[in-house]
Amino acid sequence: MTVMAFNEALREALHEEMARDESVFVMGEDVITHGGPYKVTDGVAEKFPGRIFETPIAEAGIVGLGVGAAMAGMNPVIEIMYLDFITCAMDEVVNQAAKMRYMTGGQGSVPMVVRLPCGVGRLLAAQHSQIMESWFMHVPGLQVVVPSTPADAKGLLKTAIRSPDPVMFFEYKRTYTHKGEVPEGEYLIPFGKADVKREGEDVTVIAIGPMVQKSLEAAVLLEDEGYDIEIVDPRTLSPLDTETICESVRKTGRVVVCGEDSSFAGSVSEIAAMIAERCFSDLKAPIVRVGSPHVPMPFSAELVKHVVPEAANVVSAVNRVMS
Amino acid sequence: MSVTQEKCLKMYTDMWRIRLFEEEANRQTNLGNVVGTLHMYCGEEAVAVGVCANLRDDDYVLGTHRSHGHCIAKGAQSDKMMAELFGKATGTCRGKGGSMHVADFSLNMLGANGIVGAGIGPTTGTALASKIRGTDQVSVCFFGDGAAARGTFHEAIAMGSLWQLPVVYVCENNGYQQWVPRKNVAVVDSVADMAGSYSIPGVSVNGQDAIEVYEVIAEAVARARSGGGPSLIEARTYRFYGHSLGDEQQYRTEEEVEERKRNADPINILRDFMTEQNWLTSADDDQVQQRAGDEITRAAKFAEQSPWPEMGEVGTDVLFDAKEVA
Repeated sequence: MTVMAFNEALREALHEEMARDESVFVMGEDVITHGGPYKVTDGVAEKFPGRIFETPIAEAGIVGLGVGAAMAGMNPVIEIMYLDFITCAMDEVVNQAAKMRYMTGGQGSVPMVVRLPCGVGRLLAAQHSQIMESWFMHVPGLQVVVPSTPADAKGLLKTAIRSPDPVMFFEYKRTYTHKGEVPEGEYLIPFGKADVKREGEDVTVIAIGPMVQKSLEAAVLLEDEGYDIEIVDPRTLSPLDTETICESVRKTGRVVVCGEDSSFAGSVSEIAAMIAERCFSDLKAPIVRVGSPHVPMPFSAELVKHVVPEAANVVSAVNRVMS
Repeated sequence: MSVTQEKCLKMYTDMWRIRLFEEEANRQTNLGNVVGTLHMYCGEEAVAVGVCANLRDDDYVLGTHRSHGHCIAKGAQSDKMMAELFGKATGTCRGKGGSMHVADFSLNMLGANGIVGAGIGPTTGTALASKIRGTDQVSVCFFGDGAAARGTFHEAIAMGSLWQLPVVYVCENNGYQQWVPRKNVAVVDSVADMAGSYSIPGVSVNGQDAIEVYEVIAEAVARARSGGGPSLIEARTYRFYGHSLGDEQQYRTEEEVEERKRNADPINILRDFMTEQNWLTSADDDQVQQRAGDEITRAAKFAEQSPWPEMGEVGTDVLFDAKEVA
């Protein structure tokens, strides 16, 4: 095991995959200068000349080129500087990348990774802080991946790059500096395989992205109250590991689903609905969702506190399902 | 002039194959066998054949919503195409795409596309793939004049030029953006004039004349293949049918359409040229039409007799290894 930061783990995955397969290349805004805005693409230009393209500010063009290159057998890894900007390339993602395999009866495929730095980072307000996981979960043909730890980030990015279909890869900006142990040598994490980050008996907390760490902190506080919580990290929202989630729910009978995205029609809502449909008779209390309120991200630090859920929100949600 | 008798005969034959395919598809629509809609290419055939006669099998082509002609000119089989229009299991896309998504990846014909201007980026991307791999494949993107209004046109061509990619951008300017004459919604008359903004060559040609298209594209393809970067070619053309089936065409007169059919039918123009060169006798001409007609009759029969897709097909081809998600 080596301790490294989340963005370093992503960088290691990228370098390993580029060394392994010549069809992998990088494209995005500012990805060469200063090693990229998040340092994930640092060193690629020196180590893999001719396989990294610093683009003009043209998201529809970038993703459009990625779609074509992928259809021609390449494996583009695209960085969209802020997830919010992917809205400028929605046709390319939704109508082109996602539907190509289906529309062509399986002839075409788009093995492309779109890396999406998302969520609140520095305080940059509404147009640089969104999450939008559920937007892409809703589109058949896309895979939605949300790593929560450096180890998962590395294993999931490697799997994403080898996937024969498009991947929307969510990277929470505040997570980039988080450090954690990463296994040495090559390893892959399969899609559709949730990870139980903490075992417990009383409540199942399904936590997405940074809510995993916050839930682990909440678990320590809840121990003092006598509650033993289990934390399930889906890791990929589409495909979703319904089996592992339901298994945990059947054991505890109490559920909190938490993510940083707006819970209204959000990723947590689909998980809550799935549990209600499949495990209703196992539930001892109504499911509680933890997410941000249905508002754009404000600028002021004081207002942001009321939007982004923290460990305290998980604690109170657990108290609700236990009462 | 570099065109040979053999190339001319190929282009002439393909124009007939396209024309008869389209007319048969239209007939099958009236019979209720082809549903949805059709965007008829009749009148524009010289562009598809003039371009594709310059391409190798491994060159990439991406099309538009009006792409039956591009597919046939790139070598797609008319029987599988017709079956696709019927929605049959034997179609090029196994009945999952239809008229607007006909594709044949075995020919590097990467598909028609239902979104105006959406193919320009992906074609620039296939060209980027060729550049990274170091192959000499050329990519060709067909798009209409309406697509030149989209941001994708600007974003993709700017990158194609920036990285000097082996791509030829072919605008089929048929004068109408669905129902609206180009002059009502665009201040730049010729799309070729927009090439200057990207520092690439821009040429406007008579898209009814297959020879003219062939010669200009030959130069653009040679430039792309030898590392000289992209070109923007505008083929000024005319569609004999409406935008799609059921179009009442109140935006143009019947006289205008009849005049174009009389004086600008690309099949007549190429026939006259070949006759002048003594490259086509009337017996040859009869044989070309007879063969094309037989092929299309067989295609319709094949489509009609083909099975429907199995119900299980609805859930396949979503992902390579689709997981149970519901």
